[in-house]
Amino acid sequence: MRLPCPICGERDRREFYYQGAAVMLERPAPDAGEDAWDEYLHLRDNSPGDLDELWSHDAGCGAWLKVTRNVSTHEIRSVILAREVRQ
Amino acid sequence: MTELIAKTPLDDMAPLTIGACRLAEVDLGILTSIAPYAASKIAAPFKAAHGMAWPAPNRATGKADGRAIWFGRDMVLLAGPKPDPTLTKHAALTDQSDAWAAVTLSGADVEDVLARLVPLDLSPGQFKRGHTARSQIQHMTGSITRVGTDAFLLMVFRSMAGTLLHDLERAMASVAVRG
Repeated sequence: MRLPCPICGERDRREFYYQGAAVMLERPAPDAGEDAWDEYLHLRDNSPGDLDELWSHDAGCGAWLKVTRNVSTHEIRSVILAREVRQ
Repeated sequence: MTELIAKTPLDDMAPLTIGACRLAEVDLGILTSIAPYAASKIAAPFKAAHGMAWPAPNRATGKADGRAIWFGRDMVLLAGPKPDPTLTKHAALTDQSDAWAAVTLSGADVEDVLARLVPLDLSPGQFKRGHTARSQIQHMTGSITRVGTDAFLLMVFRSMAGTLLHDLERAMASVAVRG
């Protein structure tokens, strides 16, 4: 599998570290309550198809990427820098 | 006070030739990472101070006595000259001089040797003089820069100098024995 880093170009999967679903981009407020924090920490849909994920290009430029990947086919739908995700 | 003797990361090793490849340790001089602050415009003051262009991502500028090597997201490594103090208005400057081991690998087989260690297309059409990359050299993260038609500058963390030498020696011998 190869990931197109917006900074470095298309690179081998071994250069990247996988963080999982991109939930860290939507961190609940500290007072959001137990349900919101339970969901944030533990609950994932685990459904086939497209999934927003976080990857770190740690053996390359060091950027965090938000990757939309089809988890059934490994097709990469889009890649953007995590810092460009609107908060 | 005790007089300490500075050692290079590879302890001034003699250049090594295996097959059609030559490996030599290189002293790059002062190394400074330059990390521009958000929205700072450092390109013009950098060029005025050091006489070389601020490199775009995946590019390096300058010559052997002073290079500016793109070194990751929002970071450039200045190798050679002492950094101009006025740059501190635009960026965070960190002395990295003793933190990196640097070698040049050159010769006719250089791309074949690196093909065994680096997961990138380093052929001359794709990776030209002045191109650089942060990637892996075997299992280490490093910096790879083409500095000549058949010459590359390779950098890894200083603590990995021995591993770099070992990996390059093995790859050079492996290419040489196959002819």
